[in-house]
Amino acid sequence: MLAAIEGDSQAYCRLLISLTPALRGMARRGFERVGLGNAEIEDVVQETLLAIHLKRGTWDRTRSLGPWVTAIARYKLVDSLRRRGRSTDIQIDDLADTLADGAANEGSAHHDAEKVLGSLNDRQQEIVRSISIDGKPVRDVAEKLGMTEVAVRVSLHRSLKLLAERYRGG
Amino acid sequence: MKTTDLIAALSADSYAGMGSTRRRFYGSVLAGAVVTAGMFLMSMGWRPDIGTAIGTIRFPFKFVVTLAIVMSTAPFLVRMASPVDGGSLPHRAVGAAPLLILLAVVLELLALPADRWWDSLVGSNAFLCLGAIPLLSVPSAVALMLAMKRGAPARPRLAGAVCGLVAAGIGATFYALHCDDDSPLFVAVWYTLAVAIVTSVSAAIGGRVLRW
Repeated sequence: MLAAIEGDSQAYCRLLISLTPALRGMARRGFERVGLGNAEIEDVVQETLLAIHLKRGTWDRTRSLGPWVTAIARYKLVDSLRRRGRSTDIQIDDLADTLADGAANEGSAHHDAEKVLGSLNDRQQEIVRSISIDGKPVRDVAEKLGMTEVAVRVSLHRSLKLLAERYRGG
Repeated sequence: MKTTDLIAALSADSYAGMGSTRRRFYGSVLAGAVVTAGMFLMSMGWRPDIGTAIGTIRFPFKFVVTLAIVMSTAPFLVRMASPVDGGSLPHRAVGAAPLLILLAVVLELLALPADRWWDSLVGSNAFLCLGAIPLLSVPSAVALMLAMKRGAPARPRLAGAVCGLVAAGIGATFYALHCDDDSPLFVAVWYTLAVAIVTSVSAAIGGRVLRW
């Protein structure tokens, strides 16, 4: 994380990947405790990763990372359970279906992420897609879109903030 | 979108230099105080007899109380912005100012004959006090909430309340320069009420806008 805060994106990527299984485990336990299916666990994992990213400035570097990550994950889990508890489209009958396709869904968010991604404007979508799904470096994306690298970075950052907001239903 | 894809996007967004939370809050307190000072000077200004008032005991004591609110709560702003520590507020953060007021009220009751208690309590500017302190708190409350919004408060309502408490302390400090009701009885009732209003409104706003 320290490397990430210093701007080393490869170390940061490795860190986020290594955190993901633990986050997934926390989300799964939380969903089980309130009797929700597995389908939306990955949405919570992604929302938590976004929060870790956007709020990384609140980590006190003199202290260990674990409790901070856990606190972020717990907040996001509680928040999303509360939100899902309010929405009416969660039915007990759905549980059987979601359990059945739960395994196939591993690592891929149910539907929220696509919906949320679709709420960005075309250019933002293209930037996020080519950097994330196609794994292109920022420089190539900038060249292709005829933008400066800084502009692409700014747009990417805004898009990520928007994604986090949309996840919360904003 | 797969989680690994999202992580790729997040790593591409990593950059150095996030800025210090502590410095942001100090900046907010300063900015809030400067704007409030401007508001105060343009609207009410200090009382004309401030030169003699300063030599009394009761007038300077008002600043002991209002500054105690600021000094005892402001150090906990950073804590409130943290997802790890933001769940609770230590007693010493909110205890200092009420203890000072309580002590002063006891002394005032001993110093004044009973037939003057009521007039001292009602004062001459109670409603101005209730209106002016909240208004003078707005700039600081807004600045502090903006700084808090960049944090990750574990309890958004509590974080909002602390922002409000600090802002109310700043607002009350300025109002005290204008107000000519100096009795601790007046301060204990009306200042406290005004600070409570600002704090609870800020808690309600915090519960809405400080979620992340």
